Amino acid sequence: MPPSAVKKTRDIFADYGLTPGVADELFDGAGQMRPVWQRFVERFARLSVTDLAARFERGNAYLRDTGVYYRQYTGDPLAERDWPLAPIPVILHDSEWDEICTGLEQRADLLEAVVADLYGPGRLVSEGHLPASLIAGSPQWLRPMVGVEPAGGHFLHHLAFEIGRSPDGSWLVLGDRLEAPSGAGFALENRMATGRIFPERFPRAYIHRLASFFLDFRATLDRLATAGGNPLAGAAILTPGPSNDTYYEHTYIARYLGLMLLEGEDLLVENGEAMVRTIEGPKPLGVLWRRIDASFADPLELNAESHIGTPGLVEAARQGKLAMVNALGSGVLEMRAMMAFLPRIAQVLLGQPLALPNIATWWCGGAKERAYVRQNAHKMLIGPASTIDLPFDVTARSALGGQFAGGVEGKLADWIEAQGAALVGQEAVALSTTPAWVTEPGETLAEGRLQPRPMTVRVFATRTPQGWRFMKGGYARIGRSGDATALAMQKGGSVADVWIVSDRLVPKVSLQPSAGAPFRRASPGVVPARAADNLFWLGRYIERTEDAARLIRAYHLRLAATDNSADPLLRRLRAFLGGYGVDIAQPMPDALLDRISVARSCAAKVRDRFSVDGWAAVVDLDRTAKTTLRDIKPGDDAARAMGVLVRKLSGFSGLVQDNMYRFQGWRFLTLGRALERADALTALLHGLTDAEAPEGALDLAVEVADSVITHRRRYSVETSRDTVIDLLALDADNPRSVLFQMQVMRAQASALPNAMDNGRLSPLLRGIVPLDSLLSVVSPDKIDADQLLHIRAELAGISDLITAAYLR
Amino acid sequence: MIYDIALTIDYDYAAPSDRSRTLVRLMAPSLPGEQQVLSQRLTLEPRPDEQREMEDFFGNATTTAVWHRPIGALALTLALKIERLVPVEGADLSPLLRDLDDALAGCTDLGPDSPHHFRGPSARVPEVAEISAFARKTVGKGMTTRQAIEALGGALHQAMAFDAEATSVETGPAEAFAQRSGVCQDFAHVMIAGLRALGIPAGYVSGFLRTLPPPGEPRLEGADAMHAWVRAWAGPVTGWIEFDPTNDQPAGVDYITVARGRDYRDVSPVMGVMRTTGGQDSRHSVDVVPADES
Repeated sequence: MPPSAVKKTRDIFADYGLTPGVADELFDGAGQMRPVWQRFVERFARLSVTDLAARFERGNAYLRDTGVYYRQYTGDPLAERDWPLAPIPVILHDSEWDEICTGLEQRADLLEAVVADLYGPGRLVSEGHLPASLIAGSPQWLRPMVGVEPAGGHFLHHLAFEIGRSPDGSWLVLGDRLEAPSGAGFALENRMATGRIFPERFPRAYIHRLASFFLDFRATLDRLATAGGNPLAGAAILTPGPSNDTYYEHTYIARYLGLMLLEGEDLLVENGEAMVRTIEGPKPLGVLWRRIDASFADPLELNAESHIGTPGLVEAARQGKLAMVNALGSGVLEMRAMMAFLPRIAQVLLGQPLALPNIATWWCGGAKERAYVRQNAHKMLIGPASTIDLPFDVTARSALGGQFAGGVEGKLADWIEAQGAALVGQEAVALSTTPAWVTEPGETLAEGRLQPRPMTVRVFATRTPQGWRFMKGGYARIGRSGDATALAMQKGGSVADVWIVSDRLVPKVSLQPSAGAPFRRASPGVVPARAADNLFWLGRYIERTEDAARLIRAYHLRLAATDNSADPLLRRLRAFLGGYGVDIAQPMPDALLDRISVARSCAAKVRDRFSVDGWAAVVDLDRTAKTTLRDIKPGDDAARAMGVLVRKLSGFSGLVQDNMYRFQGWRFLTLGRALERADALTALLHGLTDAEAPEGALDLAVEVADSVITHRRRYSVETSRDTVIDLLALDADNPRSVLFQMQVMRAQASALPNAMDNGRLSPLLRGIVPLDSLLSVVSPDKIDADQLLHIRAELAGISDLITAAYLR
Repeated sequence: MIYDIALTIDYDYAAPSDRSRTLVRLMAPSLPGEQQVLSQRLTLEPRPDEQREMEDFFGNATTTAVWHRPIGALALTLALKIERLVPVEGADLSPLLRDLDDALAGCTDLGPDSPHHFRGPSARVPEVAEISAFARKTVGKGMTTRQAIEALGGALHQAMAFDAEATSVETGPAEAFAQRSGVCQDFAHVMIAGLRALGIPAGYVSGFLRTLPPPGEPRLEGADAMHAWVRAWAGPVTGWIEFDPTNDQPAGVDYITVARGRDYRDVSPVMGVMRTTGGQDSRHSVDVVPADES
């Protein structure tokens, strides 16, 4: 039965049944609503269910529009899922939060001391406080890092703790995340989205903000960047790339903190110093906030199979010239079995018990512990000792409550005995529940109800010269069902904002400098060569797509008009398209979809450099082509569909032209488009203006080049080869002429770094200028088929020059 | 015995496109009671823009070489004069195999020679069920650890054929054991997998083998290239013993150690990462001659 306090708050609480022996965030043991929730619930319960549903939808719409996603590891490596926001926040009082953070501060210092020992003197092992076999068997204990002192003096700078509330109301640490903790960026998005759902001044004015944590963290990175001794060295994020599950967060946090987002191939190590390859040459890096697992960071000294690392990163760390957040090898602390020893180690190293206990853990390598786990298996989670999964992430090789999770046969006791040191037992704590808005399959949001769901809270910490600073709330994991093993997002769990509320109004903080501080103009920053490369190819593929769509449209318009696919002009066009791999028998040719896919994947790799609208335009183009326009019919229908694509492409180009900041990266996007258009026009002229071209080919060329009206106005006669060449190759005022695009390229190349080389033109300009000059002075009758082929070869050479000079 | 050793390794890269960075583990160490380096010189051609020497975790001399430009070929030459001491064959003081786990648990050391590093699977030697079964079948109840090591080495020598063409440097122990053939690297990896399955910590040794046998003795397999054999931990008193499964004998006075690790990955003589759009090609030759014969 719902407790009495619930009755006033309408039927959304009707199903909110508490489980005996489980703590609940909303109600205390006596069924009374906790005071910290009361004001929120009073307002929340006054809302009609339709209003509530509309608010939840607003939160989801925000996340969709912003493009927040995470990747679910499925068969499709790039399958994206919308961010699973649980709309009801978890609410905690700031006095309770402060107490938690005090405990975690001690734990953070303890973890630092343990990792410093494991890579330093090794006392904990030699004195028997940690089993040697456990450390030696951990894939996260990186032998090449032994004896390496981290730049800046500390191993750990950014941590996350997964904590949960036990039935008696106290908090427990369930896991320490320090290899590459994710979620800090998602916490910001949780807060933004939840703010759309509950925009009222109350409770907002009483909730502690998240921003000051990021100010502290940014300052930590800046400090570490120069810790290796180079005052010019910068800070960057090292990501595994777009196929990682939290890549969105990497792009988001890179933009939010103003950091370069780099992949392994962006880096090189020279003279022990890590550098980023930029379009201006290598620039030094002093700190990497790495989001890739340590063993993948350096294929030369760590995991040789890694394709996402940089050879030499270990050397840069060894030389003390590169700091990492966190130091390579810190991940050994995440090992589940570590929990069994930390309580004792706290006594040894700190002379104190843990202020905030961790989940009770027994390593089955000891005979006594093994016997205890065997006898108490029914109330334990038993799983691999060296895993870095969180306690409730149950894998096939685990047992829960005395039952195998799957994949193991035989008797549990035999299994424990046989596996021994490879196992740990952990107390199967009943995690506290918190209100979640639950809908059954097929129900609308408005038909949902509140139900208690198990939850864990993630607490983020960063090191500052004044000690550890904690993010105030932001991130909780909520189970899909009442079962705590369904907490993981990959298993359908969701994520909620955590509000840390104060009794008093909370002062505002943001990343803006405080009033009165001198204005500082941030430099536009360096452009990594790979980012420029992706922008260049994005430009090329967007243009390549548009070019194909225009040709396909022209084909289908003519097909609709003649209804005769044997028409000579159609045959010519079919062959021309065939030369590009476009099979016109498919109304939506695969080759066209492939071009769009390439454009999208180039864009995905530079999402941190794009406006939200620019990315949305690329996604929309891709989705439209692959879904709504998939099943079109030849003729009018296909022509209309291509028209839709051409307009969407123009929408993207417009955003790029009107809104994109003229940083160096934009120049590569523009160069790519110009080069591709110049090439497409030259190919078009070569394909349609020869003496044997069928009737109407010249008109078709003008039509495909979107220059019909200009042609009519300029020449007021029928098309001839000379008028068409003049307009589409030699007219400096026609954006669809080769000369116009050569001048665009010349202007962009002149504005790039190293455009002049000791008073001489750069090799790239020396490639562009002759073609520009030729087209400026030549008359149309001199442009024969060979000349057109020559121009295309020169353009290909210019593309290679761009790559050689800037893109690697 | 004093040896003069000459090694050359040549690489050709088809289409080098970027800087390159290489770790070289070719310099032999002085090992008290085993071998003493008298003189040694390693040359890399073309000359690297950066070259640094260090000891890796397992104590191997490691040369880091970096070129700030693409290189189309790389030649490494080692000239080594070294004294190999004659090992003393003592009584078998190793514990019974069934007591080895207890001996291991008493070891609270994580230094380079700690057996704990060599007990579990490693990058190139995973658990292989067929090898584990073979090892258990081979080793009798009541054997000492040393007897077990020699029994397994001998059994593998019987079961597997030396075949320089059957495998490549990338071949794993499962494949080599399935086809019952391979080169010294495969023999070593298979034996390591088997020893670990028995609970015996086991590692990989790379080094040199005397090219021509003493008069009247047969020429050993694997003498015309760098060689590899196995070291295994036989308890705290005996410590590490070395055995060559390719030739079914303890690694004695004919063997010169270059590097030690868990498997080939830890000791690979030339570990390089080069961005290239083409393939690569390598050649390699060794001469190991007693100084009084040269």
